Amino acid sequence: MNAPFHPEQTSLDLLKVGTRARVSSVDWTALDEGEACRLRHFGFDEGVIVEPLHLGPFGRDPIAIRVGRMTVAIRRRHAGAISVQPIR
Amino acid sequence: MTPLPLVAVAGSPNAGKSALFNALTGARQKVGNYPGVTVERHSGRLTLADGRPIELVDLPGAYSLEPASPDEAVTRDVLVGQQKGERRPDALVVVVDASNLDNHLRFCLQLIELGLPTIVALNMVDLAKRDGLELDPKVLESELGVPVVETVAVRRRGIAELQAAVDDMLSAPFCGVHERVKSDLIHLQRRAREVATAAVVSETPVRRWTHRLDSVLLHPIAGPLILSAIMFVMFQAVFAWSVAPQDWIGNGVAWLSGVVTTALPPGLLRSMIVDGAIAGVGAVITFLPQILILFFFILLLEGTGYMVRAAFLMDRLMHGVGLSGRAFIPLLSSFACAVPGIMATRTIDDPKDRLTTILVAPLMTCSARLPVYTLVIAAFIPNNRLAWGIGLQGVVMFGLYVTGVCGALLAAFVLRRGVLKGGGGGFMMELPKYQWPLLKDVLIGLLTRAQIFLKRAGTIILGTTIILWALASIPQAGPGQKQSDVSIAGKIGRGIETVVRPIGFNQDISMALLPAMAAREVAVSAIATVYSIDSPDDQAAATTLQKRLQHRWSLATALAFLAWFVFAPQCISTIAVTRRETNGWKWPLFMVSYLFVLAYAAAGLTYWTAVALGL
Repeated sequence: MNAPFHPEQTSLDLLKVGTRARVSSVDWTALDEGEACRLRHFGFDEGVIVEPLHLGPFGRDPIAIRVGRMTVAIRRRHAGAISVQPIR
Repeated sequence: MTPLPLVAVAGSPNAGKSALFNALTGARQKVGNYPGVTVERHSGRLTLADGRPIELVDLPGAYSLEPASPDEAVTRDVLVGQQKGERRPDALVVVVDASNLDNHLRFCLQLIELGLPTIVALNMVDLAKRDGLELDPKVLESELGVPVVETVAVRRRGIAELQAAVDDMLSAPFCGVHERVKSDLIHLQRRAREVATAAVVSETPVRRWTHRLDSVLLHPIAGPLILSAIMFVMFQAVFAWSVAPQDWIGNGVAWLSGVVTTALPPGLLRSMIVDGAIAGVGAVITFLPQILILFFFILLLEGTGYMVRAAFLMDRLMHGVGLSGRAFIPLLSSFACAVPGIMATRTIDDPKDRLTTILVAPLMTCSARLPVYTLVIAAFIPNNRLAWGIGLQGVVMFGLYVTGVCGALLAAFVLRRGVLKGGGGGFMMELPKYQWPLLKDVLIGLLTRAQIFLKRAGTIILGTTIILWALASIPQAGPGQKQSDVSIAGKIGRGIETVVRPIGFNQDISMALLPAMAAREVAVSAIATVYSIDSPDDQAAATTLQKRLQHRWSLATALAFLAWFVFAPQCISTIAVTRRETNGWKWPLFMVSYLFVLAYAAAGLTYWTAVALGL
């Protein structure tokens, strides 16, 4: 009944540039070990605030994302494994 | 004798670790390879206040002790004392970026847990202030339980204090009774955020510099345009600035061979030194100015933080053939010379991405091919005007460049689906803050690269040129005989001839292929030697050579020869550098073989098509 309902739940690759969002979950199984490890190194984790800043000029890939105080670039495919909850 | 105390400098990538290492050790650094892996080991000496020397080693940047790249694996292995060829460090200097503590403290906490005497260098405090962030090192010190020193490595600030702290650390008796609790990453990350938050005195939100620059430099339209402009300037500089130093080197080589010629009696020894060593090595080091200028730009792009932006802009296009955006600058540099291009692939994390980039780099048309192309095009392609401002000769030259690029992309595509399948950790990297690097740091980098090229490639180049000389000079021709007929090289040339005759190469060409292994442009002088053209006037010699070629070669042969040079790996410097960068002979041999096969096929196809068309 009181199951958490998040109408705006989306994935990081679909988030608009300049929209801040909170990471709700990361599908670690969609990534290989090295990729998953690197994302953790960058600080991607549940509860962390992220914000897409820039998109690559060709096919809007890769995506530059602000995580904590860092800016990192990851490919669209990897961003798709990260579910986020936009912050109003 | 007990070995010097070993202090390791460790930290996350982009913490300013190399600048700090440079600040502590100066230009006297030793660069080697860790055994069995293609990870560089940088070390240097530091003298303490009481005159005791210690050894400082700069560990590859790592985000944690759980490695995601070969570099990080080496860092972990050194720190736990399991790296071959390295003893366990006696103490650590951990470098963290003051404006990125949330992230960098995670690795820092992990390192402190190792239980070695540790000092934390809170680096780039100036950039943190620029971003409106004020930190209290005392709070950090009490939270971490180790000394913290504020530094700005690229401005050489706080270095004396850091050195004093290292001094204290090594002088004080250390009772390493730390409990080895191995905390998991999630736990460490939370603790890192807590400590980072505690250390913040004040934070004023400001529009960050880096973000403002990025909105221009990573703009979907302006970004690629600016990248093209920067690359244009780089190439202009490589070719314009290298003219004078190349002349000096040429004159120096000529002067040296003149001195040796007068000093030594005629004979095999003199011939070996003058015609073998000096001429051969001279032909190769003519490219040193271009290599160094390219490296200067590469280091500048890396130091400012623009390099990863270029990779960001180009990643999608490179991804299409199975490479990463990181391969863009190395491959582009290879248009001037594959040597700096291949050495610059160090920035590519993924081993398979990196290897693919190394293997296709020689397909980019380097400047050593130009003399060969120019000669053959001038001799065989009529200078017809196709349209206003467009001549047939120019179109053929452009076609050769395009063929090289297409060949490289195709080769990468095939390699990534064949021998180098899998892997490809994708493209995940930090976009560091922009900063202006210290010229001294760039020069130290340049010096290190030059040393590596001259030392490692130099020995192979010297050895090969002497072997090539011996093959061409032994046995010596008697009266009335031509040296190129009697020598071993001549016999090998005739052997090569039977192989290359089907693709339209005549005896003259097959004679030139072996000497041109030293460097591609040697083909021109080798062919001149075959035709016994010996004119002191370069211009006259070139004209004579052109006439001779027109007389002896068919158009089909000339075109086949051009196609050959698009692909053939005729450059020992490239082979030597590939050996160093891949740590063994397996990959250079593979590279040489597949490129020769491609060259043969391309020349054959060109020749047969041309003959069929009646050219």
